[in-house]
Amino acid sequence: MSQLQVELVAADRKVWSGEATMVRARSIEGELGILPGHTPVLGVLVSGDVTIHGVDGVQTASIDSGFLSVDHDRVTIVADSVGTPEAKA
Amino acid sequence: MAGQMRVYRQRVRSVQATKKITRAMELIAASRVIKARQRAEAATPYTAALTRALSALATYSHEDHPLTTEREQVRRAAVVIIAGDRGLSGAYNSSVLRASESLVQRLQDEGKEVVPYLVGRRAVSFYKFRRREFAAQWDGFSDAPTYDAAREIGQRLVDDFTKPYEEGGHDEVHVVYTRFVNMVTQEPRVLRLVPLEVVEGEEKPGENEVLPLYSFEPSASEVLDALLPKYVISRIWTCLLAAAASQMAAQQRAMKSATDNADALIKTYTRLANQARQAEITQEISEIVGGADALKSA
Repeated sequence: MSQLQVELVAADRKVWSGEATMVRARSIEGELGILPGHTPVLGVLVSGDVTIHGVDGVQTASIDSGFLSVDHDRVTIVADSVGTPEAKA
Repeated sequence: MAGQMRVYRQRVRSVQATKKITRAMELIAASRVIKARQRAEAATPYTAALTRALSALATYSHEDHPLTTEREQVRRAAVVIIAGDRGLSGAYNSSVLRASESLVQRLQDEGKEVVPYLVGRRAVSFYKFRRREFAAQWDGFSDAPTYDAAREIGQRLVDDFTKPYEEGGHDEVHVVYTRFVNMVTQEPRVLRLVPLEVVEGEEKPGENEVLPLYSFEPSASEVLDALLPKYVISRIWTCLLAAAASQMAAQQRAMKSATDNADALIKTYTRLANQARQAEITQEISEIVGGADALKSA
């Protein structure tokens, strides 16, 4: 199965980019989970945690308002400000 | 005569002290230019992602949004002037203010009422000195702008723009800032911010590439609602970063020429002091010789 190319971008820097198997974020309508092969989507995110199941471990970062776009297994999470990602067991 | 020499020596010392200061400022500005350009570069992924998302929206939905619609009648225009907080940067502040003056003049000639929004202490003092009215001011961050400042400015502009005309809302927003071309060239630019033209955004799909057919969550119009103000803020943010880099580059150049001028002055005054010293010695010798001659013939 293919992997997701994930980019986590804050207003003033690129926070993280790499490959992942799953991305979870909170949109206006509730929790949004992205797996490879997801249909292209453009969603508005509310403040909360973004979880990236990366190839080398799971990471969580808190964001304030932003948005998320998915197309051709390329996921871009954009937020005004992003906290430092923390590795989770 | 001896007094003349002392005056020259004093001048040399004073210019040397000034030179030390300008040299230090030159070096500081040089390192800050690099930092400012790095910050501008670090902001590009965000702008690129936002532009890509908006172009997808523009291509697939034909929603009308107040921020993108041209008003039929433009009666009041806001002008955001981004200048520096300090002088000591050559023509940087005066050229951006001059560009803003000609824009204001042009808008007034078109019969529009102009509402200035000022960023940077220099712009504020320019308006205060002339006792002109302005809507808002922000200062204290011109050499290292923060995203929060950009958000504050952008939010205020969007809020004022969406107000009806009768309550002080305006029909278009212009920004005057300085574009960073390279280390020696920075040019003042005028940009119409709102109504937005997402022209640069509408990317054409490549030969074999199909633009993704997005689904919008929760809906296209709500995504547009959330994204457009962000786009305005991000444009302001890029302008602030470019202006900061330009200011630092202008300052570096101004301080470089100040240091060069100090060098030239030191050279001139040292020569004058040497001349005065030589004249003094010559005079003393001729006085001694003259005195000896007088004694001999007596």
